[in-house]
Amino acid sequence: MGGSGTSSARGHVVDLGMPTFPRGAARAAADSQLRFNLRKATHTIRGKRANVVAELPDWLELRAAGKAIKDHTLRNLDRYLIQLERAVTEAGGHVHWAADADEANRIVTDLVKATGETSVVKVKSMATQEIGLNEALHEAGITAYETDLAELIVQLGDDRPSHILVPAIHRNRAEIREIFLDHMGEWGRPAPEDLGDDPRALAEAARLHLRERFLTTKVAISGANFMVAETGTLVVLESEGNGRMCLTLPETLISVVGIEKVVPTWRDLEVFLQLLPRSSTGERMNPYTSTWTGVTPGDGPREFHLVLLDNGRTDVLADEVGRQALRCIRCSACLNVCPVYERAGGHAYGSVYPGPIGAILTPQLRGMDTPLDASLPYASSLCGACYDVCPVAIDIPTVLVHLRARAPHEPAERAVMRAASWLLGRANRLGAVQRLAARLRRLIPRRAPGPGPLAAWTDTRDIPPIPAEPFRDWWDRTEGGAR
Amino acid sequence: MRKGYPVRVALFITCVNDTLFPETGKAVVTLLRRLGCEVEFPREQTCCGQMHLNTGYPRESLRLARHFVDVFSGYDAVVTPSGSCAAMVREQYPKLAHNPHFAAAPAGARRLVPTRAGREFAAAVDEVTPRVYDLSEFLIDVLEVEDVGAYFPHRVTYHPTCHSLRGLRLGDRPLRLLRAVRGLELVDLPGAEECCGFGGTFAVKNPAMSAAMGTDKVRNVLDTGAEVLCAADNSCLMHIGGTLRRQRGGVRVMHLAEILARTEGRA
Repeated sequence: MGGSGTSSARGHVVDLGMPTFPRGAARAAADSQLRFNLRKATHTIRGKRANVVAELPDWLELRAAGKAIKDHTLRNLDRYLIQLERAVTEAGGHVHWAADADEANRIVTDLVKATGETSVVKVKSMATQEIGLNEALHEAGITAYETDLAELIVQLGDDRPSHILVPAIHRNRAEIREIFLDHMGEWGRPAPEDLGDDPRALAEAARLHLRERFLTTKVAISGANFMVAETGTLVVLESEGNGRMCLTLPETLISVVGIEKVVPTWRDLEVFLQLLPRSSTGERMNPYTSTWTGVTPGDGPREFHLVLLDNGRTDVLADEVGRQALRCIRCSACLNVCPVYERAGGHAYGSVYPGPIGAILTPQLRGMDTPLDASLPYASSLCGACYDVCPVAIDIPTVLVHLRARAPHEPAERAVMRAASWLLGRANRLGAVQRLAARLRRLIPRRAPGPGPLAAWTDTRDIPPIPAEPFRDWWDRTEGGAR
Repeated sequence: MRKGYPVRVALFITCVNDTLFPETGKAVVTLLRRLGCEVEFPREQTCCGQMHLNTGYPRESLRLARHFVDVFSGYDAVVTPSGSCAAMVREQYPKLAHNPHFAAAPAGARRLVPTRAGREFAAAVDEVTPRVYDLSEFLIDVLEVEDVGAYFPHRVTYHPTCHSLRGLRLGDRPLRLLRAVRGLELVDLPGAEECCGFGGTFAVKNPAMSAAMGTDKVRNVLDTGAEVLCAADNSCLMHIGGTLRRQRGGVRVMHLAEILARTEGRA
């Protein structure tokens, strides 16, 4: 997988060994419980987002500013990263550069080993999911405890996250209750035996389970939503307060952050602190915003390490059309409006980045060498709902089409497309095909024998009746209806 | 071109309508003539190339785009009964024409220096594409009519297709036209802005997703109690209508043009 052996320093994004997108999606679509859970959850967040976005008269200006700040930063990424490194170091932190997942995992594992600890608490982080850090730590004999409620549900259920913001979105509360009862005891304090499926009771069980962990663990691992270059400050936005615990209680804090997360100044941060919570959870402001700058004696972690992760990002930056995906602030608004995500679920995308943003990010970070990755740019009807809600105006449909042109094509499909282009290249050729279809129209079956594109259509839909006379022949015969 | 005045328009029928839905084309001709337009049908027209572009074949698409601008240059206006094809021409052609990786460079060339043919194509695209209109845009923005004199005494619901809604930003133009139709009762479609699941080759590359989206769209259509589902794109209607017929939904699908062309004489 990825990186090793190939000439480019392509990213190594954890590959979940899934079938192609259409097959995984078809399986999910047949699971009525999953369909119900996803529809309910995505429509709820979608509605909340629409309401709080509509409140702001300057939303489109904010969106344009967010896009402009990210574009400017990405164009000058080399400069801002060096500035960030200097500021973090001056504030007493240590900066490490990781070209790919393996290097980042090695750096973090060595840092944890150096503390002599064998367990770490984790703040929800996409970057560490992307590189498979928990698995790498496990191999080194270190246990990583997820402390975000949804990540905890995923970890206890030996499951995979299926959403960027709500990793356990595919689970309902009855399923969560069962996971807590069955597995909490294996990881620490067990759930109370009389646990119900009331959200309050479930949250309380998780709180008691996690509290013990926060008070005893000496190393924490986080990601970050933003890094401010001018002061070397890292920023995490969250809802539950578990992040605040992890960021303040342990002695050592290690943050793994993608290089595209840097913003130049605190002034720029102001824009994103408005865009992100409204797009993400549909809140005006998120409950907890934690910022930290290096280390402060007598307050919080005594040691701070920042691991700057490339893992394919500089390759993405080299693509004039695709690079806009690096503006992403991981709000997941595009997942919540996507009609395909709503029915396919996150697992079908075979990556920690599901939904529309995953369909453009994963193939760029990981390449399109596997059938799954080559099918991801096609996992969209190009309806454009994702582009409309994106708070940093990533034109996802355009990037999808751009990636489709670069994706490997089946020889049979290529032949059909070339033939179609030749036929449509001249009106007399199209006319000949139309007249042939009109002559054979009574022979066309209502359901085509499969497999093939025609059968894929007729499995669930009738073919429209072929008219006896195409429009162009009608026009010729009647001089446009004049006769 | 002066607003509100009869104009010489070229009809871009689109390959799908030409082959499968000629009645829509006839309705556009009837309607535009009734409103005083001189309608021409450039005989050499074929296809806008959207399927090729969106399936990942920009070079094949480019061949069709070149053909389109050759055929349609020189008209006051090009009118098409497809929001999707209008969006392809107006939004995507300029990107294709000005992208040095495709249009401007000779096929297979490593150099990205624009060729003369590439420059000429780009100029033709810039000249033709701003005058390409979806039918409802042409009626509302150019002819400045809302009441086109139609009569259609039926209960109708309208599905705003994705490329009309989020590509061309047609807004409420089709609804304003429908509201002015005598006898027509317009009912709201729940979840109207959600994609029906057609998506061109998406319908056969991801058939399970397409069918699931189509089934949900059909359920919403049936919930309205409408007799007719109307849209500004026959491709989407082919998908929704095909699903409706398979499920024996009992709701007819009709292109906007076919409703607007109906008058008291033949309702």
